[in-house]
Amino acid sequence: MRFIDEYRDAGLARKLASRIAAISTRPARLMEFCGGHTVAIMRNGIRQLLPPTVEMFSGPGCPVCVTANADIDRSITLAGLPGLIITTFGDMVRVPGSYATLQKCRASGGDIRIVYSIQDALQIARGNPGRQVVFIAVGFETTAPTIAMAVKQADREGLQNFFVHCLIKMTPPAMKALLDLGEIMLNGIICPGHVTAIIGTQPYESYARDYGVACVVAGFEPVDILQAVAMLVEQIESGRPRVEIAYTRGVRPEGNLKALEVMDEVFETTDAEWRGIGRIPCSGYKLKDSFVRFDASAAFPVEVPPAREAAGCRCGEVLRGIIRPPDCRLFRKVCTPENPVGPCMVSSEGSCAAYYQYGGIDE
Amino acid sequence: MSEKILLAHGSGSKLSHDLVEKILVPSLTNPILAQLDDAAVFPLSGRLAFTTDSYVVNPIFFPGGDIGRLAVCGTVNDLSTSGARPLYLSLALIIEEGLELDDLRRVIESVRNTAAEAGVQIVTGDTKVVNRGKADRLFINTAGIGLIQEGVDISGSHVRPGDKIILSGGIGEHGIAVMSRREGLEFKVPVVSDCAPLNRMVAGMLKASNNIHSLRDPTRGGLASTLSEFALQSGVGIIIEEGKIPVHDGVRGACELLGLDPLYIANEGKMVAAVAPEDAVAVLASMQGNRYGTQAALIGEVTAEHKGRVIMKTRIGASRIVDLPAGEILPRIC
Repeated sequence: MRFIDEYRDAGLARKLASRIAAISTRPARLMEFCGGHTVAIMRNGIRQLLPPTVEMFSGPGCPVCVTANADIDRSITLAGLPGLIITTFGDMVRVPGSYATLQKCRASGGDIRIVYSIQDALQIARGNPGRQVVFIAVGFETTAPTIAMAVKQADREGLQNFFVHCLIKMTPPAMKALLDLGEIMLNGIICPGHVTAIIGTQPYESYARDYGVACVVAGFEPVDILQAVAMLVEQIESGRPRVEIAYTRGVRPEGNLKALEVMDEVFETTDAEWRGIGRIPCSGYKLKDSFVRFDASAAFPVEVPPAREAAGCRCGEVLRGIIRPPDCRLFRKVCTPENPVGPCMVSSEGSCAAYYQYGGIDE
Repeated sequence: MSEKILLAHGSGSKLSHDLVEKILVPSLTNPILAQLDDAAVFPLSGRLAFTTDSYVVNPIFFPGGDIGRLAVCGTVNDLSTSGARPLYLSLALIIEEGLELDDLRRVIESVRNTAAEAGVQIVTGDTKVVNRGKADRLFINTAGIGLIQEGVDISGSHVRPGDKIILSGGIGEHGIAVMSRREGLEFKVPVVSDCAPLNRMVAGMLKASNNIHSLRDPTRGGLASTLSEFALQSGVGIIIEEGKIPVHDGVRGACELLGLDPLYIANEGKMVAAVAPEDAVAVLASMQGNRYGTQAALIGEVTAEHKGRVIMKTRIGASRIVDLPAGEILPRIC
């Protein structure tokens, strides 16, 4: 298949791996921010191809995983309101909140529907004019433009029964928060390909400049990732950290101006709660006043009991990259994809789920 | 207005008689069924294989097949995995009130054609109609009996170190075809279900070799589940090569788009075999000579190491574990 096979080429991958091994002399401590990268790295066994000087840490780039329990609890409470239809992406349905899951709420009668896109949620709202439809929006900057477009569309159509519970988060503030925490002394970041396709590379400039961290934007195929690692190692060896794009077929330095424009029209930034990191200023999106009538939290004010964390769950540390999933005592023993204790075991992009599904050889 | 199935069609009344005698029996007829007694009666002796399965696919018509074809193929293929020659099937229908009579006719037609293709007979059956909302249009159960030839001894627990693993063709086609129809997804390269009766292909394989140790059709849970089951049941390790597993371009495209792994997607017309190494080439050739095995490929081998585990050599030369699928398979979200 064109545009895929060339990025999974065994010969090319081996060449890049030997190049990395040949040039790497100093420790390279790299974090892949994005959950999509974590899955690709595990699925393809990329760590096995890297020399011992190169260490990879998984970051907080799984939108379901970083959603705080309080926000999940609020979604579940909304789902319990009579007459409401809750629409959301599949992973959210199974993710445990403090007391329940949307899945359990559905089993006891809540009308919760899995959708593939917010467009499906709009369609459900159009088809059920007598009922109120809430879309639970989790995601990063990649998802934000589609949410913004849907809200504009609902506005144009005058839909009165469509609402968004907006939990969309921004990538750069979280990266900066991790660098400020300084727990893992990174010297390189594999920047998320799809997020950067929207926001461009400008937000990363300060990481290279102020923190001395090499930044390379990567695609999601094995060759893409190995190429990004090679570029990061080169930067680290040369002592000249900067922002580069390995994923040139997907990303332009300025990002996607049209998407940014529509996001700017609909959203403004707000403080957001991140699992494992805590409250990060200006790291989330909320609907601007002009679209506030679509805001589910304004339309349905609900009392949510205080959030609590599952005993023994170390998702927070996994998301900060300071431990690997097998370091958690619950991993594979108590916490499995069938009975997940924390969100990182639920989401298809979660580190724990990726290690569970594809790891195991080196554990 | 088109005719629909009514509750009365299942009540034992004149309408139910009509349904059986005008739609079901004429289409499926054979001397055993035509007796119309409560039990089918026929002579049979030897080692028998007996299996049953229920079919609840939604939608009931999908690219490449329908619930009728599926119900015949599923049971025929389950019998075939024991090395049996499938002979007789039962057919039980649970129909939701309101199903279009024409849809039922289409399904029965498909049952007939598929049974004819496989060379099996529907010898007994049952029909029930349930209230609207108590079933999803049409559920089917089939059970089947087959005869196992002298000397054939095939089981998921007979896989041995050194065996070669052969797969009869591209994976994931049924699951993707059904999902794309259900979700209204259209792909540039259309994906058609592989739903097919594999008994003739298996008969050919058994002719080509006396050393086929295990056979299984990788349905729900896909190739990954079947291989994991082999490894666990037989207490062996299995090593497969990602690059050797055939995957149709449409399936790959759909999986890329939806964030799914073809290894875990259902098939309804594929067979996986563990064969003694000396016979692998002959079995492979015999599969490739059948219309449902033209893409058959040798995808891996069995070892005494990594007991109970399946290891895949990835395209880029690393290795990873292939585990049983975990939970529901859901689309990715960003």
